Amino acid sequence: MTLLYDERLDGEIASVDKPSLMAAIHAEAPALTLLAREEDLRPFECDGLSAYRTLPLLVALPATLDEVAALMRVCHAQRVPVVTRGAGTGLSGGALPLAKGVLLVMSRFNRILELDPEARLARVQPGVRNLAISEAAAPHGLYYAPDPSSQIACSIGGNVAENAGGVHCLKYGLTVHNVLSVEIITIEGERMTLGSEALDAPGFDLLALFTGSEGMLGVITEVTVKLLPKPQVAKVLMACFDDVEQAGKAVGDIIAAGCIPGGLEMMDNLAIRAAEDFVHAGYPVEAEAILLCELDGVEADVHADCERVRELLERAGASEIRLARDDAERQLFWAGRKAAFPAVGRMSPDYYCMDGTIPRRELPRVLKGINELSTTYGLRVANVFHAGDGNLHPLILFDANRPGELETAETIGAKILELCVEVGGTITGEHGVGREKLNQMCTQFAADELTQFHAVKFAFDEHRLLNPGKNIPTLARCAEFGAMHVHHGELPHPELPRF
Amino acid sequence: MPHPQDQRPEFTPAGQAGPTLDSGQDLSDALCEQVRQAHRERTPLVIQGGGTKAFYGRRIAAETRLDLGEHRGIVHYDPVELVVTVRAGTRLSELESALAASGQRLPFEPPHFGDTATVGGMVACGLSGPRRPWSGAVRDFVLGTRVITHDGKLLRFGGEVMKNVAGYDLSRLMVGAQGTLGVLAEVSFKVLPLPPASACLRLEMDEARALECLREWGREPLPLSGAAFADGVLHVRLEGGEGSVASTRERLGGDADDATFWEDLREQRLAFFSPQDPRPLWRLSLPARARRPALAGDWLCDWAGAQQWLRSDEPAPHVHETSMAVGGHATRFGPALDDAPNDDASPFSPLPKVLARYHQQLKTRLDPHAIFNPGRLYADW
Repeated sequence: MTLLYDERLDGEIASVDKPSLMAAIHAEAPALTLLAREEDLRPFECDGLSAYRTLPLLVALPATLDEVAALMRVCHAQRVPVVTRGAGTGLSGGALPLAKGVLLVMSRFNRILELDPEARLARVQPGVRNLAISEAAAPHGLYYAPDPSSQIACSIGGNVAENAGGVHCLKYGLTVHNVLSVEIITIEGERMTLGSEALDAPGFDLLALFTGSEGMLGVITEVTVKLLPKPQVAKVLMACFDDVEQAGKAVGDIIAAGCIPGGLEMMDNLAIRAAEDFVHAGYPVEAEAILLCELDGVEADVHADCERVRELLERAGASEIRLARDDAERQLFWAGRKAAFPAVGRMSPDYYCMDGTIPRRELPRVLKGINELSTTYGLRVANVFHAGDGNLHPLILFDANRPGELETAETIGAKILELCVEVGGTITGEHGVGREKLNQMCTQFAADELTQFHAVKFAFDEHRLLNPGKNIPTLARCAEFGAMHVHHGELPHPELPRF
Repeated sequence: MPHPQDQRPEFTPAGQAGPTLDSGQDLSDALCEQVRQAHRERTPLVIQGGGTKAFYGRRIAAETRLDLGEHRGIVHYDPVELVVTVRAGTRLSELESALAASGQRLPFEPPHFGDTATVGGMVACGLSGPRRPWSGAVRDFVLGTRVITHDGKLLRFGGEVMKNVAGYDLSRLMVGAQGTLGVLAEVSFKVLPLPPASACLRLEMDEARALECLREWGREPLPLSGAAFADGVLHVRLEGGEGSVASTRERLGGDADDATFWEDLREQRLAFFSPQDPRPLWRLSLPARARRPALAGDWLCDWAGAQQWLRSDEPAPHVHETSMAVGGHATRFGPALDDAPNDDASPFSPLPKVLARYHQQLKTRLDPHAIFNPGRLYADW
């Protein structure tokens, strides 16, 4: 199975003469930097989903909003698709270029325009890195809450486009909860503001609609984010369990007791071993699962919460509970978790990261299902889990140099996502659909629902020029994928890769 | 074969963890059929729940009602998952009691404006109460919806999990759209535990000093959950852990306040909101750093200044213009526009041209024959 754009299934794209397109763009925006030579395009051929690569027709690196608007007008007039890219750290291929399209790279919009500690907001350009906002706010005792693990590198424009999450979502929300307004340039080159510096705005909540829309409805040119006061203290408890199911139940116990931790993470044995081997965080490598529970807030409350949670963990059957003695140990506990992906990467030449969300009560069933898939297909799977909000990241270990292993990993991944849907969850919690999970969208949504999505797309981009072939599959694709899916169920040897 | 997500989780008996039994009745088939008929006959519909927020918007140019009031019941509620799924016609009070019985709540503190208020109406109007600046708004807690489309299909968007970025967020788009894009049939919410401790304070001071205090406190991690200024008194509500509420209470000083103030503010039962006052009631939503427009009348400041209530005879266009000039917007809450049935004006501030065009295009794509609450938000659609 290839994830690259397929005109037969994803829709036809008109061919365009590159020199004349460049001339038309330069006629409107003479100073706009355009890259067209293969060696210049090469660095942009993929995003964080690097197994899939396409050279774009052109790369545009605008430096002003007028240049963005001019580019959009020309592309709209000539019916040339535009894929917008931020830092390119996305894991679902949302910024995968099109061979017949322009890749609009927003990296030159990298300034913090304003940071107002009294109003507790920052107005930033889309290319500003997530962590840079918190760093700029730190002297005022403030920070920007969503913290995807790529926060050193990922940009805020991409965060909005993907509705990025992180490890503190249960308490502090996703990107959609932490953005006040965005500036948009439409496919026709017009400007509009969605949301407001006030806490609401008249009309439809288009800010919510655009957040997570994966660059399909407009180009984000400015973002105003909310800043929060930094919690006074944060403490981390690490609990070890001999049984994954017990750990899962402990999570439910903590929440049922009325406690909302700042972070609540779970790792299974393979992930623990990988992380410990890499970071030496002091994780117990014999444990079947560990829970990291961060409690933050005002000192008096945090102290009381720690006592309560410790008691709950003991009762849930934790074999060992450790409270990070100081901030250094707390950082160390987290370092293991935050480095879990690269740590697993060291155990295997390649890994494939999934991103399903499930109701927490279904965790034992889903982990069991993943184990069975792992055994059946002969590839190891490590699990890290944002346990508080049910967002599961199985990491499938494989070697792309062995024939068929990538395809096997994809098969396991697809089946894991279908399992997530089956238990009432979703195929993507925070990484986005992009190109990667387009086929699984056919599992999650019925044809009428996809048609409704296409109707929304049509209202903002009639000619399907903004990031076509991402996020929402065509019905033609689902017909083909669905047929394939049913066919698979009838095969006598489901363990064999079929693509 | 039904879609996997149409299968409800198995119910567990009361007292045990897990989803609770559905208490209501599902009328979605009949509602879809009524919409299909309206679609065929091009009959515009007035979508109605409990009718408590009928005042909130333009008069709808339609006679036929689509009544959601009996499509009710908590479909399931799993306190451990922090998720509840409810049919649109469920009484808001019924939902709140069920949550309270498990020590949880809707954090955004929605106003009822009457005993018959429904969950669907609450989401459609998108109004949040005094806790909104600290807790988030209605839309922040909507996880998923089931929506009846213009051609009478029942579709599912979002779901019952906290994190979900599959497809466009059509659930949150429904919040505040007042049914003009589709009929809300069912909504899933994230809910949160009640705080262990709370305290209500009143501090006598002038308004300038009050706003200065709120700016200062806002930069610290204090357990604020309400801040309103009225008649020379700054009312503050604290909610959080025992320790932080006690220490903050000590630090802020002031006297103990009656907790009913916050309920009366939310339900507009304070004297300020009296229907006897003939002057229109306005709600101004303003940026944190905006200067309040110089409009003649009486003010009541909520949301630490971000929501200002105004009783004023100033001309409507002037209220809108001056609010928009400082980066905010205004909404006329009353008296009801029914008193002036030929009034073409919207109670909501006008939209900028480009934005208005995309609103209209979105409406046209999702409700091409304009059968859902036509003209409810703005005259053109």
